[in-house]
Amino acid sequence: MTLKNFTFAQIFKMLIVPAFFATLKMLAIAGVMSTLLGFVFGVILVVTEKGGLYENLLINRILDFIVNMIRSFPFIILMISIIPFTRLIAGTSIGETAALVPLTVACTPFMARIFQNSFKEVDPALIEAAQSFGASKWQIVFKVMLKESVPSIISGLCLAIINLLGCTAMAGAIGAGGLGAVALQYGYQSFNMKIMYSIVAILIVLVALIQYFGDWIYKKLK
Amino acid sequence: MIEIKNLKKVWEDTGAPVLEDINLTIQDGEIYALVGRSGAGKSTLLRCINGLTSYQEGSLRVDGNEIKDFSEKELREFRRHVGMIFQQFSLLERETVYRNVALPMTCWKYPKDEIDTKVKSLLELVGLEDKMDAKPRNLSGGQKQRVAIARALTMDPKFILCDEATSALDPKTTNSILDLLLEINEKLGITVIVVTHQMEVVRKICQKACILENGVIKAEGSVRDIFFNQPEALMNLLGEENIPLPETGHNIQICHLLNNASDGELFGRMYADLGIVFPIVNGTIQEYEKDRMGIFTINVSDEDFPSVEKYLNRKDMRWKEISARA
Repeated sequence: MTLKNFTFAQIFKMLIVPAFFATLKMLAIAGVMSTLLGFVFGVILVVTEKGGLYENLLINRILDFIVNMIRSFPFIILMISIIPFTRLIAGTSIGETAALVPLTVACTPFMARIFQNSFKEVDPALIEAAQSFGASKWQIVFKVMLKESVPSIISGLCLAIINLLGCTAMAGAIGAGGLGAVALQYGYQSFNMKIMYSIVAILIVLVALIQYFGDWIYKKLK
Repeated sequence: MIEIKNLKKVWEDTGAPVLEDINLTIQDGEIYALVGRSGAGKSTLLRCINGLTSYQEGSLRVDGNEIKDFSEKELREFRRHVGMIFQQFSLLERETVYRNVALPMTCWKYPKDEIDTKVKSLLELVGLEDKMDAKPRNLSGGQKQRVAIARALTMDPKFILCDEATSALDPKTTNSILDLLLEINEKLGITVIVVTHQMEVVRKICQKACILENGVIKAEGSVRDIFFNQPEALMNLLGEENIPLPETGHNIQICHLLNNASDGELFGRMYADLGIVFPIVNGTIQEYEKDRMGIFTINVSDEDFPSVEKYLNRKDMRWKEISARA
């Protein structure tokens, strides 16, 4: 059976549409998980730094090192090198569910940095003001730092999600499915330019939409 | 009452001293000024009072409680009774005026209706009841500081600490904020401690002041005395000794109260009594609290100096000789 037996409309319906939803699913789940984890690590990075609310340089340096380490892996290498860990968590290393593990692992340090930088931008005088009326440390994190840095976090998240989209396409190379896999297998490797470029077009629109949506929320919040 | 005895603080990382041998007492209901140039340690001393920064030696007691003995929890509880306002207002830019003022009370989990009543009455006190739903970025500097003052008053503090609260404001706005602080002090009986480098702030609202230089108290006492005695620290702070004085003869600086019209006849009388003509080479008239004070420098020739000296001493005037290169 070759692709030649099918019209483009059929291919679109059978291959591209499900792949699109597979990509969206990976993006959404890995995005949410890495945001949550990134928030936790971002907060830890900020509060443990020198002069932070819970200054602890040891924890800070260790976490900082781990974040840098993971971020220096090219995603495709990271994905392969953590296959045992992926198996441990997902039970398999193939498929979209399994791909969520490396996607989350790769995106979390990025998210952590985004949260860390956004929190750092909060005027220290504001934190001092909160301390001056007796706010607790957690109130300072949630009611002052988080509250004040939401717009900057949103624009950072937008960047990270687009980066994550790139990673999902790459994950296709080792059997994660999704748009990247279809473009690679049915487009590039089968010399079907139509499939490849229509996926490129879909990705362009998707990135534009994410960016537009992010900018819109940013403006709304700012 | 705030009692500070032999307080000493060094920076923890470098060991450099910030405050040395600080002794002062601030009575309830006073408006007290900590004055000095930037880096003199005045803001640091202010932060010792509400425990935002620690000190290594000596004691700082607020109503009998030693600040450095407080646990973290006790310190938070203590800070409820000490409001603080800042040079850059320190408001949450993304929250409304109402929620900014309510923030301390929400952190302390007051019931909603109590917060509502309190916030509204405080916004009325500072004259911003119509700006309740505005965001800080739509307010002027003076209005922002009023919001900050309202926020500092939410939990009925005994003390208000002002860290250069008017330094970012224009003179007219500064005056309106000072009037508000004065009103709060008089109406609510709140002790106000002001850190500033602006002498007009000290003159306008403070009863007592201390001048800090490089972490050491150089002058302390009632504002009236400090301006009368003109200690060196005050002159350094004013930094206005740049007017060149004559190099010959004696330059005599005289401080004189000018509350009555006849007080201004000082130099005329001197001429009439001594028959000496002398130039006035420098002079200012300053207003503080309820008094007007003139500070004049005259230049007297060497041969006239002894009689002028005798005359000034006989009339019990406050005077001193200053050198031309001061």
